[in-house]
Amino acid sequence: MTVSFLRVSACVMLLSLVTACGKVPWNDPYPVAERGKNILYSVFNERPKHLDPARSYSSNEVIFTGQIYEPPLQYHYLKRPYTLEPLTAQAMPEVQYFNAQGQALPADAAAESIAYSDYVIQIKPGIYYQPHPAFVQDAQENYVYQHLRPEQIAALQSPTDLPLQAKRELTAEDYVFQIKRLASPRLNSPIFGLMSDYILGLKEYGELLSRESNKLKSENGAEAYLDLNRYPLQGAQALDRYRYRIRIKGKYAQFNYWLAMQFFAPVPWEVEKFYAQPGMKEKNFVLDWYPVGTGPYMLAENNPNKQMVLVKNPNYHGDRYPSSGEPGDRASGLLADAGKPLPFIDRAVYTLEKEDIPYWNKFLQGYYDASGISSDTFDQAVKIGGTGEAALTPDMQAKGIQLKTTVATSISYIGFNMQDAVVGGLSERARKLRQAISIAIDSEEMISIFRNGRGIAAQGPIPPGIFGYEEGEAGINHYVYDWVKGKPERKSIAQAKRLLAEAGYPGGRDATSGQPLLLNFDTSAVGPDAKSHLEWLVKQLNKIDVQLVIRSTDYNRFQDKMLKGDAQIFEWGWNADYPDPENFLFLLYGPNKKVGLNGENAANYDNPEFNRLFEQMKNMDNSPARQQVITQMLEIARRDAPWVWGFYPKNYALYHAWYFNAKPNLMANNSLKYLRIDAKERERMRNLWNQPILWPIAVLLLALAAVLLPAALAYRRKVHAAPSARKAK
Amino acid sequence: MIGYVLRRLLYAIPILIGVNVFIFTLFFAVNTPDNMARIHLGMKRVTPDAVAKWKHEHGYDKPLLFNAQAAGTQKFTATIFFTKSVPMFAFKFGAADDGRDIGQDIKTRMLPSLALAAPVFLLGLLLYITFALTLAFFRATYVDYVGVVLCVAMMSISGLFYIIGGQFLISKLLHLVPISGYQYGTDAFKFLVLPVVIGVIGGLGSSSRWYRTIFLEEMNRDYVRTARAKGLPERIVLFRHVLRNAMIPILTGVVVVIPTLFMGSLVSESFFGIPGLGSYTIDAIRSQDFAIVHAMVFLGSVLYIVGLLLTDISYTWVDPRVRLS
Repeated sequence: MTVSFLRVSACVMLLSLVTACGKVPWNDPYPVAERGKNILYSVFNERPKHLDPARSYSSNEVIFTGQIYEPPLQYHYLKRPYTLEPLTAQAMPEVQYFNAQGQALPADAAAESIAYSDYVIQIKPGIYYQPHPAFVQDAQENYVYQHLRPEQIAALQSPTDLPLQAKRELTAEDYVFQIKRLASPRLNSPIFGLMSDYILGLKEYGELLSRESNKLKSENGAEAYLDLNRYPLQGAQALDRYRYRIRIKGKYAQFNYWLAMQFFAPVPWEVEKFYAQPGMKEKNFVLDWYPVGTGPYMLAENNPNKQMVLVKNPNYHGDRYPSSGEPGDRASGLLADAGKPLPFIDRAVYTLEKEDIPYWNKFLQGYYDASGISSDTFDQAVKIGGTGEAALTPDMQAKGIQLKTTVATSISYIGFNMQDAVVGGLSERARKLRQAISIAIDSEEMISIFRNGRGIAAQGPIPPGIFGYEEGEAGINHYVYDWVKGKPERKSIAQAKRLLAEAGYPGGRDATSGQPLLLNFDTSAVGPDAKSHLEWLVKQLNKIDVQLVIRSTDYNRFQDKMLKGDAQIFEWGWNADYPDPENFLFLLYGPNKKVGLNGENAANYDNPEFNRLFEQMKNMDNSPARQQVITQMLEIARRDAPWVWGFYPKNYALYHAWYFNAKPNLMANNSLKYLRIDAKERERMRNLWNQPILWPIAVLLLALAAVLLPAALAYRRKVHAAPSARKAK
Repeated sequence: MIGYVLRRLLYAIPILIGVNVFIFTLFFAVNTPDNMARIHLGMKRVTPDAVAKWKHEHGYDKPLLFNAQAAGTQKFTATIFFTKSVPMFAFKFGAADDGRDIGQDIKTRMLPSLALAAPVFLLGLLLYITFALTLAFFRATYVDYVGVVLCVAMMSISGLFYIIGGQFLISKLLHLVPISGYQYGTDAFKFLVLPVVIGVIGGLGSSSRWYRTIFLEEMNRDYVRTARAKGLPERIVLFRHVLRNAMIPILTGVVVVIPTLFMGSLVSESFFGIPGLGSYTIDAIRSQDFAIVHAMVFLGSVLYIVGLLLTDISYTWVDPRVRLS
């Protein structure tokens, strides 16, 4: 009976396996209920640390906050160069300049004459926050959930488990409240230091809040609520329900760019007070994890250990897909949805995917809608043609996958510590040494070997797409390249050696002492990839008979070396905050040095002429005059060569055929609302690509049985032989 | 026995203090609070003021072990070591560097870890013992030779190979289960099949060889010869006598890991996207989050001590000659 039962069970299992074929895929990682729905599937590879707009600064955080929070401005999705436009604002901010006596100045007033600038921003009426319990009021306009008992909070799985939710209109006060939050000692906003240099009174406001916070803590405990509404801020004030003013010290031409970042998005005071209730923090119910905004999406599931889910905000004020863009956008179908209401996608599911292999394979199976390309998968996805152009491999083309490339608004470079006795300083000797090294380090070769061609050799600090970058001969670094047959050609090693000899190191030896020139490269990079890259770097300097010693250390020691100025040559990079040359040229501005001043000028470059031109350039509008100043600055920097200019990375992204309106926008954080997917097509392709294959399992089981059968027979023989053997005895 | 258990629990206190001192010294020998602040605050626009505020907010603005500025007992209590270590003994793990409550995170991540580790442990134990008994039963035959060669080969292969190979074969080529991911409740089954199978297969070589050695040692003893001489079938000899007598060395290796099953698997959880405590620990090490690393090491130590205690107790269940006093 047991045997027959086993046989029947096996038949049933086999039958169910066979009949399962041709239906839904077994390897679908998503719930059955989601099949065919208008949901976008994406990934995040590191758990976000902060979702509070005052704190969040990382790219893995803004993919969420960018869809939830709405600053007054945004970047046009399609236009290039990157262009700001109003988001919640009625129009671009009205900027008014004043002198020290408070008298209004014309728009073209000299920067030195401007004592302060007023940015007046009028927001659109009728914008509402997403539904949230913090907004619920009773008939007497008392907030219902602002005084929850600890046991009520303890019973909640999520703040939105509370039975009632309400909405509230966005007001100018909310923007002012958020600017005040930047100074809160309890939030430690990463831009407080920078903004306190610009927003009038913000620094003093931070000191006031620190004092008040300490006082409150000593009187009422560590969790006592610090009500920012009680403390006015001179530099940010609401003028009426829909208008507010930000007062900036002097002139800060780049301030509008900051107004497109989440740091300046509104936060409703009710929500902050709601989350400040005792017992909320212990449940991880904080604004940092349960954001509340006016954007097209709201966070429906917050599990940074596994999955983050955004769903459409039912109170979204509405927005339209842009009707214009770059030339070529219409031809490539990017204007097919022009004028249609946004957002298109109902729900976006972001899954934590820390390893590249599962991410890539799930993309190929259709379970992620888009993917980047890692070095390991590059050859599988992309083939480089004879003329250097990238195209998809036949496998990718067969799947209908689209490839989009864009040059990042960032730079990766090798820096010289300008305070170092050998490679640093502005002397002719040191300058020629750095120029020789700049020629010897072949960035084109590096891009080809280590980045699969994904990058452009840099000619200066400003990448393409940013004002100040020049194409063609005018834009090349004449200290490293010659313009030959319509393209830049790296100068010869012989020229580099000649420069080295002029620097006092003929044949790579100190002309005075005869000692070989030994330079040190400081790095925290580890692993096989880093090792081969470092070996390559050593070989590059060997070409000019210079010995490079790799001083590998851990990340912390490396950072300490950089801060103290103990590094000699190092690798560094910068990713733009905003698309303005100031955001790159400030990396070479003397008063922004890392050593002693803790700035972002990692090379500690300090050329008085460059500094003077920078101060002139930073407050200029984009114009031929500004371009002229930038050209002068670039000439000085190229001559001084504080960096081996390295490369501008090129981003490659893959999109499935059912993914529409994809146009990489490296400045906009709120791109999700523009994307559209064809969920039915996705479902069809997933079914086609993921049918279970069972015959290898059957073969495996048969092989196992074949191995075990002789053993089983031997066992039977042994068991049956034993009694007869005993009997024989 | 109660006295023994209480005594062992009291012994645990100095051990845990020692573990605390060790992890604290090890961590801060390579990291300073300034380093931690800089890593947390990111690469851009980190001012000394922001670093100072971060340290104050997270309680790292005190001396590490001895506060020379303080008076009386505060020389020891107003230190990072004291303020971070003492609440651990009340299982108050505090907040991670990103502000999240560690205790709450541990609660939510413990179950996915257990959902992976428990089946690997139970199925593995069953398979390894069965396989080892089979090899022992067929000792000196081709089954034994092939089995041992297989075990040695499997032991020699990196665990990562099993994971990547399993994902490639089962998920990518055959499309039988998802490559990675996790859902709560019964939906977790399809995500756990592959890591469990890989976990079990990955441990087959070393564990089976270890158990085989134990069984072979027992099978050469006099009582086995006596049992066979009495005419007991080999099946009874193996399962009733050999297995039972081999329980002490088996339990020594097995019971101690039972409580630590909650701690999860560092590698498997990361590769399969299981939101357990293993990947939590790995992430914390990567991001130099001392609060989480400290909490996880402390919790691991407590569970290991509990495991050792359970091992001692289990001896009395399988061997009546053992008395705890």
